[in-house]
Amino acid sequence: MTPRDVAVVAFARSDHHGGADGASEPELLLPVLHDALSQAGLAPGEADFTCSGSSDYLAGRPFSFTLTLDSVGAWPPVAESHVETDGAWALYEAWVKILTGRADTALVYAHGKPTTGDLADVLTRQLDPYYLAPLWPDPYALAALQARALIDAGHLDEPPPAEAHAVLPLRAADFPAPVDGAAAVVLAAGDTARRMCDRPAWIRGIDHRIEPQAPGLRDLTDSPSTRLAAERAGAFRAPVDTAELHAPCTAQEVVLRRALRLDRTVTVNPSGGALAADPVMTTGLVRLGEAAARIHRGASGRALAHATSGPCLQHNLVAVLEGEDR
Amino acid sequence: MSGQRTSREPVAIVGIGQTKHAAARRDVSLAGLVREAARRALDDAQLSWADVDAVVLGKAPDFFEGVMMPELYLADALGAAGKPVLRVHTAGSVGGSTALVAADLVAARVQRTVLAVAFEKQSESNAMWGLSLPVPFQQPLLAGAGGFFAPHVRAYIRRSGAPGGVGALVAYKDRRNALLNPWAHVHEHGITLERVRSSPMLWDPVRYSETCPSSDGACAVVLTDRAGAARAPHPPAWVHGGAMRSEPTLFAGKDFVSPRAGRDCAAEVYRQAGITDPRRELDVAELYVPFSWYEPMWLENLGFAAEGEGWKLTASGATELGGELPVNPSGGVLSTNPIGASGLIRFAEAALQVRGTAGEHQVDGARKALGHAYGGGAQFFSMWVVGDRPPTT
Repeated sequence: MTPRDVAVVAFARSDHHGGADGASEPELLLPVLHDALSQAGLAPGEADFTCSGSSDYLAGRPFSFTLTLDSVGAWPPVAESHVETDGAWALYEAWVKILTGRADTALVYAHGKPTTGDLADVLTRQLDPYYLAPLWPDPYALAALQARALIDAGHLDEPPPAEAHAVLPLRAADFPAPVDGAAAVVLAAGDTARRMCDRPAWIRGIDHRIEPQAPGLRDLTDSPSTRLAAERAGAFRAPVDTAELHAPCTAQEVVLRRALRLDRTVTVNPSGGALAADPVMTTGLVRLGEAAARIHRGASGRALAHATSGPCLQHNLVAVLEGEDR
Repeated sequence: MSGQRTSREPVAIVGIGQTKHAAARRDVSLAGLVREAARRALDDAQLSWADVDAVVLGKAPDFFEGVMMPELYLADALGAAGKPVLRVHTAGSVGGSTALVAADLVAARVQRTVLAVAFEKQSESNAMWGLSLPVPFQQPLLAGAGGFFAPHVRAYIRRSGAPGGVGALVAYKDRRNALLNPWAHVHEHGITLERVRSSPMLWDPVRYSETCPSSDGACAVVLTDRAGAARAPHPPAWVHGGAMRSEPTLFAGKDFVSPRAGRDCAAEVYRQAGITDPRRELDVAELYVPFSWYEPMWLENLGFAAEGEGWKLTASGATELGGELPVNPSGGVLSTNPIGASGLIRFAEAALQVRGTAGEHQVDGARKALGHAYGGGAQFFSMWVVGDRPPTT
């Protein structure tokens, strides 16, 4: 028996330009959901399953995802779920739902408003609450530790000494500026996908793996979880022409390129990647969407998309998407 | 649904574990708490950490413990290094959703054996204020979940004409049931109906003894495929149906007393399980009843009683252990409420009943059971029906 074929048939994202100018999460989402649903020819509430990703810690209030249902059109009630992490994992849950046969179509969305607080402080709350979080090491400091390990291992050049550093050995330009944003994807199975999209981006494999959190337990120059997820997703069975990588620091892209064995024939982050825009909790779903959109346009035949969560690339998701020649 | 292969792998529940629930588990860290439940579930299934292919972790708002996305920190404690970990959050229904997401992974044949874990350690913060949205998100009129739900209870009483004492009957029943459940948080020895009736009024008409406690606790369930079930040391429970339904928090015409999302969710679960008369075909129900009056309200919403008749079922004693339809033989949310885990505890208790391993609060001959959870502003619902035999469809 062969599993069901599932494809990304539509993708939309908000224009990322700093803060959301007072827009609430539902206001941020509404145009994006409308765009994605229109592409797929679905009315609000018509998808068989809905799944979203977001974090209360960015919104600064509990149950922040509940009000976004106002943008979904969840009346009559919808079959719906939510992950408290990047929307890439919401896409994974929706993919599983379609594989069970209980849904043919799924709306996946994510939103993040990291500009409402001090993101560096907020992300320290992801760390071990007993031994690490009390020290408040922010993601920039942890990424710098990773960069230093890469330099020591000879995988990264020592930066020129004259340059101003944000946090040694990294410069401000090595990190994205946080922006507010939202993104949406429509998934569909088999012939439904072919009806909705001229060139669906078929999910040939998708997998995710986590590592222990403590930086001292990990080789920060490597990402075994990314490599394992890529193996399970079938990424190494044939070369990809495009890779969308979720690396919220330049040094982390070095780690990912090595783990995924990407050579110079692969176009990496044609969208600009996470460095161009990092709407936290949305950035990973945007990588999947951008890779799919490139296939929709005929600019890619086989693309890899990656999403990450947690400090120093702790949790990684890899998907392999393909176009179909007809 | 159209197209290609849609046959699903039957899903079996082969391991169930809970912590001792308490107001404050100061003897364990967050990691210690989830490990305690997970270890018991694995022991029940006679499996080791290495036998688990994936972990699904559920809990309610991260502000309750002050740890953002704790699945990251807990990955190591849950033996998840090198495995997929999926973190679910669907408000109070999350415990149920956690089990359903784990069941889908097996049903879709993406994974073979999945550990579903849900927890809350509410002693780390003040849950009542954690549930009260700060200005500017909401006007400062509500204090905790009771402040939100009491008006809907009053609407139910007005609409149904129920006599005032029905809520106390539910609390008296559930607190006595809890005395038969060693894991339950509230063990109120010597409880009397009079004591419930004379407890302080918190949110009219909900009294102190008719209100859920705030608990530290965790629950874990091991789900597996047919091959895993064949290797299981004890009889498994089987998933016959599972569904989630959501509707917006507030809108003109919303029925807070009997939300349509709850009715639709029940209808879908019964359809999957082939149930046409839930009152006759289900032997026991574990319902998410955080305030006493929600038992008669859910009995109607779930189709066990006609509209306006739920309180009569409760008042008749039918929902007592030994009654025609025992509801919450475990003592329910009224006796144990680690919010993020409460839904999974309902689902797990339903499975314990059809496995015949519920101990002193076992319902004799239970073969089919409903596990139910809800959350948010009575807007998120998750349910499953489990049976002692594999599903035939």
